[in-house]
Amino acid sequence: MRQRSLIAMTAALAAGALTLTACGSRDGDGGSDSNGGGTTVVIGIDAPLTGDLSALGLGIKNSVDLAAKTANKEKYVEGVTFKVEALDDQAQPSAGQQNATKFVANKDVLGVVGPLNSSVAESMQKVFDDAKLVQVSPANTNPALTQGPDWQTSKARPYKSYFRTATTDAIQGPFAAQYVYNDAKKKKVFVIDDKKTYGAGLAATFSEEFEKLGGKVVGTEHIDPETKDFSAVATKVKSSGADVVYYGGEYPQAGPLSKQIKAAGAKIPLVGGDGIYSADFIKLAGASGTGDLATSVGAPVEDLPSAKEFVANYEAAGYKEAYEAYGGYSYDSAWAIIEAVKQVVEGNNGELPDDARAKVTEAMQGVTFDGVTGKVSFDEFGDATNKQLTVYSVENGAWKAAKSGTYEG
Amino acid sequence: MNELPQQLVNGLLLGSMYGLVAIGYTMVYGIVQLINFAHGEIFMMGGFGALTVYLYVLPDGTSLWVALPLMLIGGIIVAVLVAVGAERFAYRPLRTAPRLAPLITAIGLSLALQQAVWAWYPDARSAITFPQIDGGPFEIGSVTIQTGDVFLLVAAPISMAILAYFVMKTRTGRGMQATAQDPDTAKLMGINTDRIIVVAFALGAAFAAVGAVAYGLKYGEVQFRMGFILGLKAFTAAVLGGIGNIYGAMLGGLVLGVAEALSTAYISDIPGMDQFGSQSWANVWAFVLLILVLLFRPQGLLGERVADRA
Repeated sequence: MRQRSLIAMTAALAAGALTLTACGSRDGDGGSDSNGGGTTVVIGIDAPLTGDLSALGLGIKNSVDLAAKTANKEKYVEGVTFKVEALDDQAQPSAGQQNATKFVANKDVLGVVGPLNSSVAESMQKVFDDAKLVQVSPANTNPALTQGPDWQTSKARPYKSYFRTATTDAIQGPFAAQYVYNDAKKKKVFVIDDKKTYGAGLAATFSEEFEKLGGKVVGTEHIDPETKDFSAVATKVKSSGADVVYYGGEYPQAGPLSKQIKAAGAKIPLVGGDGIYSADFIKLAGASGTGDLATSVGAPVEDLPSAKEFVANYEAAGYKEAYEAYGGYSYDSAWAIIEAVKQVVEGNNGELPDDARAKVTEAMQGVTFDGVTGKVSFDEFGDATNKQLTVYSVENGAWKAAKSGTYEG
Repeated sequence: MNELPQQLVNGLLLGSMYGLVAIGYTMVYGIVQLINFAHGEIFMMGGFGALTVYLYVLPDGTSLWVALPLMLIGGIIVAVLVAVGAERFAYRPLRTAPRLAPLITAIGLSLALQQAVWAWYPDARSAITFPQIDGGPFEIGSVTIQTGDVFLLVAAPISMAILAYFVMKTRTGRGMQATAQDPDTAKLMGINTDRIIVVAFALGAAFAAVGAVAYGLKYGEVQFRMGFILGLKAFTAAVLGGIGNIYGAMLGGLVLGVAEALSTAYISDIPGMDQFGSQSWANVWAFVLLILVLLFRPQGLLGERVADRA
């Protein structure tokens, strides 16, 4: 008897653990209301909805939801109702790939917005491409995703179904280097990255341009994103005599890193890419984070006339979370899918063709419209044609735009 | 600038935290030969317990001098309750089962605790800010000590002293030593071994909670996954020092912390070792050290003293 109750208890525990784990994938569902009639087209969303990067992920989810709602309200595509389905990738490539498989299996999904992380995108691209399902990322910045692994020497687009509205690190890193060297007048940099696809790529393109300009890389370091203790690294930064730190990676590590570097006695700014451009960075970096810099893709959403409406609608919709760094891009990504669906439907007597996925993917290449972030269209690699970037700095506990510009190589 | 003293201090501080958590592993192992893989989560629960006191029990704006002792008590209470509950409901029924069963239960429990905090604690899906001690860092020569580390600096040796006194001088402590040596004989001598085991779990949890408060003050945040890596490191520290030996746990923690700091700082200076020196390699070097110690001194640095089996 004793043995049996034991087994029961272990089973209950295991079942409990499993149920709890399952919660993660369930709670992101739904959002937009269907207003009845006609065909339903589902726009998939893949982003980290829980975990360290959830602030950015939820901003993406809400913005796509807003785009779908807006299209439904305006009856933008006659006879088509858009729904969104959000899956949580927890910033893990394996979870992203599973989600991609789920989207492919759902015949109503004609396009997917996401993911946030370049490393997750790598795991999803082939799954989508095999199913001819179009994917538009609002946030991936690794150049290899669109231009192939040898993008520095010979560009070749690996997947025809992959597009993005964000600019790439091939532009973002050098743009930051130019700002740091020419405008901020810093000459000695300590470069740190987290060894992930995004972070390492960004750090490399930054270093290359910074040295080309005449700056000096006085030290490099790779950190382990699983830990919070960067004291040893901070001490190295201090003794290196650098006057600026460049970090390729994301805010959950960048915040504590910035804080610990300053605490170690090196009162120098930390500069990062769009991965640290989040309100959470400021929270984690604390008061000493004032003066830290981040580059982000596009012009500040609040300043663009085209974005005013988006910001107003987002606030009116009453989402709990902020739209964060990628809100505008997510809205535009979703809208690009909506435009492509519209073209396909209108080119087929107001109905979805049987090979709708392939047709939508094809149509995506030619989509152009004025979006939240400016003119949205894609070049031959699936990259955004809009190459605008902005440098932001932390002032009074908020990100403030310091300089906007278009990168010229 | 010579950064060696600073790097040593960095390592010792990190190591003290590993040590505080390692005590829980080593005591439970010393007495019931169970590796309590949920101990990292008990550490995490301690952190959330302390945070709960600050956020939801104390009025806003309570001075940290008042709040900190209460947070510490709150953290210890939560961690001890979780640990004792785990012992009573997850481990005790399995005490006579094959060794693998409680080990698997421990892993299940660790997942369940993580996910419970994730699912039910408000805002716990990303990191939650932990209150910070005000005031600038202290400079002693070329060494800077952060305000948040002062707590750790004071708490770690005091905790060790209390533990040593408890184990060596009190009746219950001696009962623990006896149970560790031979549970059956100890029982024949009139020692309530069930109670001793509960005390071992509770003590380990209390020290983990102290470690968790130190973690919160040091890094300014707690999150539901904080126990996983730290628990793994603490376990490594316990093995390094000689699992079952409480002094070994502390020493193992310190050695591990210093090894991580020094490997980050200096390995890349060795010619040809450039790409193996960054912080992302610190874990690798920590485990290389563990393997070396286990190769040449399988019982760990100090050997197994508390659980010295006949």
